[in-house]
Amino acid sequence: MIIYILKRIGAALLTLLVIMSITFFLMNAIPGSPFLTEKSTPQQIELANKKYGLDKPLIVQLKNYVVNYLKGDLGTSLKMQEGTPVKDIIFHQGKFILSIKLGLWSLAIAVLIGIPLGCIAAYNRGSWLDGFLRVMTTVGVAIPTFVLATLLLATFAVKLGWLDTISGSLESAKSMIMPILSMSFYYICYVAKLTRTSMLDAINQDYIRTARAKGVKRNIIILKHALRNSLIPVITYLGPVTAGIITGSFVVESTFSIPGLGKYYVQCVMSRDYPVIMATTVVLSALVIFMNLVVDVAYKVVDPRITLTNKED
Amino acid sequence: MNESKKNLLEVKDLKVSFFTPAGEVKAVDGISYTLGYNEVMGIVGESGSGKSVEAYAVIGLLQNPGKVVGGSITFEGEDLLSYDEEQMRGVRGKDISMIFQNPMTCLNPVYTIGNQLTEALTCHDTSISKEEAWNRAVHMLQLVGINNAEKRMTQYPHEFSGGMRQRAMIAMALIGEPKLLIADEPTTALDVTIQAQILDVMKDIQKRVNTSIIFITHNLGVVAEVCDKVSVMYAGKIVEQGDVNDIFYDPQHPYTKALLASMPRLDEGEHERLIPIEGTPIDLLDPPQGCNFGPRCKECRKICLSKKPPYAETGNGHISACWLHFMEGAKQAGSGEEA
Repeated sequence: MIIYILKRIGAALLTLLVIMSITFFLMNAIPGSPFLTEKSTPQQIELANKKYGLDKPLIVQLKNYVVNYLKGDLGTSLKMQEGTPVKDIIFHQGKFILSIKLGLWSLAIAVLIGIPLGCIAAYNRGSWLDGFLRVMTTVGVAIPTFVLATLLLATFAVKLGWLDTISGSLESAKSMIMPILSMSFYYICYVAKLTRTSMLDAINQDYIRTARAKGVKRNIIILKHALRNSLIPVITYLGPVTAGIITGSFVVESTFSIPGLGKYYVQCVMSRDYPVIMATTVVLSALVIFMNLVVDVAYKVVDPRITLTNKED
Repeated sequence: MNESKKNLLEVKDLKVSFFTPAGEVKAVDGISYTLGYNEVMGIVGESGSGKSVEAYAVIGLLQNPGKVVGGSITFEGEDLLSYDEEQMRGVRGKDISMIFQNPMTCLNPVYTIGNQLTEALTCHDTSISKEEAWNRAVHMLQLVGINNAEKRMTQYPHEFSGGMRQRAMIAMALIGEPKLLIADEPTTALDVTIQAQILDVMKDIQKRVNTSIIFITHNLGVVAEVCDKVSVMYAGKIVEQGDVNDIFYDPQHPYTKALLASMPRLDEGEHERLIPIEGTPIDLLDPPQGCNFGPRCKECRKICLSKKPPYAETGNGHISACWLHFMEGAKQAGSGEEA
């Protein structure tokens, strides 16, 4: 198991290298420069390029990135917060934490509501409740986040005045309701759909019949025998999604004026702040890779048939 | 009342139908039998003859759209059809248990064997201690011939071979000491040597725990080996029923005869061809007016195609539903009810 995890970390570093290269070439492929403003002259831009090493050949620039990253130096911001170390921007200004806070809550809600809803729908298959949930989840999956977020904002903040339009740093529970709801609703619905389908599949398996023949109570059959077997597709889905949720959604952060990483990421792409783009991408990628590892280990916990190593079973 | 004391299970004129969009499928169409204590009865028939459906009806595991539409199932004097779901749950696994055809898929892959075995006890008796349930499960595994039972208890089904899983299934079915065990093709998915082992285990354990068994199979060899009596089913009806020796040495119904003739035999010449039963089973959505086997029967007469044959008794409780028994020259015919 430990060897397996070490191997995976090795593979992860390689993956990150590839991601860095791709990101580097992509951001250099976008026209424009961090120093380009209406007033700047070509000479000024050239000077700035020279100062920050942007005049060097691309391959040398990439090499510098990699070497500096290995040293733990993520560079300094060129534009957004000129001169501030990128590390501080991401980790010490509360952006990352804020996005993680929002993300973890949304994820927890998606799992804690989505899975039971799926179970309820499967348990009452064909009933009006199942029908209602099916409509709700289909609508939930179809509504774009920005529409839902705007609707919530218009209803509860503007019309009814119960909640604030600006959520800010999510300090109070009240300020968290709308962002979390709009962020997690899609996932609640998707997880519920997924759970329902795999639950129905599990219910028709032979081992459920065995459990019934043993005289096991119906709710225990569902919660013990069917649920654990039906969680595998849900885990598969949640893995990559978790990273996405945790690192924040640009839309939700923008709509509710939350100064999180998601919003900042988009702004730094707009302003061609290369070191910030690179660092944010690498941090998010590392998170995705890490979540994939967590998922693979979670499989093993849920399903004993899965072996993580290459050993033939 | 006396009658039902003597018999563990009485099934009378049981009818099970599946209500499909295409119409009512009479999967089991009026079958009757009795099963005594410690008795092993075989139910033989080809796929779709209704033998499994009949068993599911007894244990109350019929799935939609299947429904019992007539008849009675009396278990130790109690009418099982009057039981609600919760009462049936109390019966399942405790008084009547069941093992299934495919041991590869019948155990839950994500729980240990020990967990699944002890659950069969704890779900009926919450007062039983974990330790006692565990010990009984270990004992049961030893009884069905699983070595190193303590260690095996902590393993998962995928760490067991097919034969071992079926042994574990048998252990699980018998751990609550049920009075009746329904074995639905328990050896069909196993290879022949394992089949023989499983049959030995079942025969052995049947004597130890004193349980009656309904043995459902399409394998006549298996029936000959383990059963006391046999019911032969065809298209939802029992066509012949009797003592195992009578069925094998003195088959009465043309279908039974044809089944026996289609089996390979060791005492026949090397290149003897097997005799198949021509034709296909009837469409249960649209059963024929006459005998269900009529269209495939080599000895079919006019009356066979127009009227259902009644049962004729040929002695020793041996009954057969065929018009031939009522023809001149046939053995003396009892005035049976219509089958």
